[in-house]
Amino acid sequence: MENMVNVYFYGKKYSVPGDLTIMTAMEYAGYTLNRGCGCRHGFCGACATIYRIKGKNELKTCLACQTQVQEGMYVASIPFFPTDKRTYSIEELKADQRVMMELYPEIYACIGCNACTKACTQSLNVMQYIAYAQRGELEKCAEESFDCVSCGCCSVRCPAGISHPMVGLLARRLTGKYIAPKSEHVHARVEEINHGQYDELIEAIMQKPIEEMKELYNTRDIEK
Amino acid sequence: MFTPEMLESVKKVEATRAERMKTEPRRMTAEEKDELLKAYHPDYRAEGFKEIKIGPNKGQKAPVELTNLLHSNSRLLTEKVDLSKIDYDVDVLVIGGGGAGTSAAIEAHEAGANVMIVTKLRIGDANTMMAEGGIQAADKENDSPVQHYLDAFGGGHFSARPELLRRLVMEAPDAIRWLNDLGVMFDKDEDGRMVTTHGGGTSRKRMHACKDYSGAEIMRTVRDEALNRQIPVVEFTSAVELIKDDKGQVAGAVLLNMETGDYLVARAKTVIIATGGAGRLHYQNFPTSNHYGATADGLILGYRAGAPLLYQDTIQYHPTGVAYPSQIFGALVTEKVRSLGAMLVNKDGEAYAHPLETRDVSASAIIRECANGKGVDTPLGSGVWLDTPMIEILGGEGTIEKRIPAMLRMYLNYGIDMRKVPILVYPTLHYQNGGLEIGGDGFTKAIPNLLVAGEAVGGIHGRNRLMGNSLLDIIVFGRNAGKAAAARAKEITLGEMNLDHVQAYAQELKEAGVEQEGVSPMLLPKYARHER
Repeated sequence: MENMVNVYFYGKKYSVPGDLTIMTAMEYAGYTLNRGCGCRHGFCGACATIYRIKGKNELKTCLACQTQVQEGMYVASIPFFPTDKRTYSIEELKADQRVMMELYPEIYACIGCNACTKACTQSLNVMQYIAYAQRGELEKCAEESFDCVSCGCCSVRCPAGISHPMVGLLARRLTGKYIAPKSEHVHARVEEINHGQYDELIEAIMQKPIEEMKELYNTRDIEK
Repeated sequence: MFTPEMLESVKKVEATRAERMKTEPRRMTAEEKDELLKAYHPDYRAEGFKEIKIGPNKGQKAPVELTNLLHSNSRLLTEKVDLSKIDYDVDVLVIGGGGAGTSAAIEAHEAGANVMIVTKLRIGDANTMMAEGGIQAADKENDSPVQHYLDAFGGGHFSARPELLRRLVMEAPDAIRWLNDLGVMFDKDEDGRMVTTHGGGTSRKRMHACKDYSGAEIMRTVRDEALNRQIPVVEFTSAVELIKDDKGQVAGAVLLNMETGDYLVARAKTVIIATGGAGRLHYQNFPTSNHYGATADGLILGYRAGAPLLYQDTIQYHPTGVAYPSQIFGALVTEKVRSLGAMLVNKDGEAYAHPLETRDVSASAIIRECANGKGVDTPLGSGVWLDTPMIEILGGEGTIEKRIPAMLRMYLNYGIDMRKVPILVYPTLHYQNGGLEIGGDGFTKAIPNLLVAGEAVGGIHGRNRLMGNSLLDIIVFGRNAGKAAAARAKEITLGEMNLDHVQAYAQELKEAGVEQEGVSPMLLPKYARHER
């Protein structure tokens, strides 16, 4: 006999097998998900969810696809939250402190309540990466926010109205483009290809008969 | 978290670890691989396939579930859609908001075209977002596009279309440059050299990564770029049928608002199908690593309009899907775990195969072990061990947290610390090797001005795909499709729009006597209890 638990989707009670995730439990209950369901494996942030265990005070946030149901769970999904992404041309930005001040000035209204960090479904130190952004330490902000899946649970809980995932994203793009050291070998290879250095070789291998390709493939040396 | 039987087996894995680490398991010969694939790869199970009875691939096989969708009618057969009422009018219509579609839209926009993305979920809800391990490109000194070609061609069983594979490998370094310039944070050393590793079947270390969030980092960056450019993105709206004109050209698509049920008409001079894969069709009852919307929609749209499929009978089962715990059954365990040194080990602690054989070979070997009683029983089947503590021994303490944080987090959610104990894996339905056939220019040959990019294409990789060549193909072929579509749009004058092909297809189905009950494309899998 399966171990069943009672959960409440939008306040309505359902009895579901206790080994399901919130997402699969909703489907078990009969929901056809349209919004609030994306990759189903914890990478896309589509299934931001808020819940409270009956009788407990604390509100918790999670990804529905990565969280097992519990007895007495009151669940509401947050399929969309109006985070505020500013538009910009990455080519025209500079990786300095001013960029955050200009595009996301509300980060300076942070009151240090740490609700964002507590709400993070990825256990990131969200308030810390916002602090890095405030100080213009873009690379640190990028690293600290790297595992963000943009579910938006932080923004839902923020009294200052900060769109944290967007701040981290900007910091990462600036870091990747301007701060990280240039990869000379990539540029060199692109140049070689553009100058036709591999044209003859690639034509030659494309023309080889299958038997010859098999021989080449099966005897190729493999880098240790 | 492990059962007593699992714990017993873990002891054996631990007992043989030191000895196993002294040698690298032998790689199989070509003959051994062939034999293994024939005996154990799901593509060789006849009962998993069914003949296609109508259309350009009539007489060929496809997975049963795909054939059934091809044998289904359009939902527009019984709907009245007024094609003269045009809701969207664009140069380039991109169907699909994953990595390929978004890259295409950016390049079309860059070329000055009026471009729009339509996607049935949100932009970025795509297999791209879930790709963990990395992206290949031959940009190191000991490597070359020719070597990359050889690896991919051999790994794909010598069946890739040369003109497609050429584009893939020759434009790979520029794809990396483009992504880097957009701000993708690749793993680099302090001098800017890309940190690159092996994938299954590579002869050079050319796997570039962004920790184990490679696809997510790429997807969120290109998505941000598309939004910055203010390219219109119509979300929760699926394309349910292509529209053609009286000259036989593609002329747009009929769209369905997934929330209201309204039909909309998009007229377009060129259309790019970038709808991705088919994992959610659960071929042969396999679990899948794919996202919720991977239901082969683009293949159905294209086929019904007359575009042929290629290699629709070859599916990639990723060797390492989660076998346990059940809550994440089928989720991807990135190949990078093996790139970093973890061995595949059976119930008795034996490293029964080289950990970096190509995916089809690796998956078949796991299925063989489990079929022969060398697997560990799990509530939903069985699996073999992936000996992850080896990574910490080889790379030093902290390697797992630094290089594969997503994997660590996924397992810690269920009380399994992969730094200390091995994890249980079994193949998961991962990738559609086949798809719609295109030429080297990205266009379908059958329908003028229709392009395909990304996983919906067949022939780029042949009958198996190497790790890291899919993130690459969505960028290379996505960018190419965007540029090509924008250029072509300038030359096009559209005629009178019609849906005649839908009627003709229905007639063919009727004559063949194979009509299925439901409609296609599927759009979303049927997971609600009453729909199963």
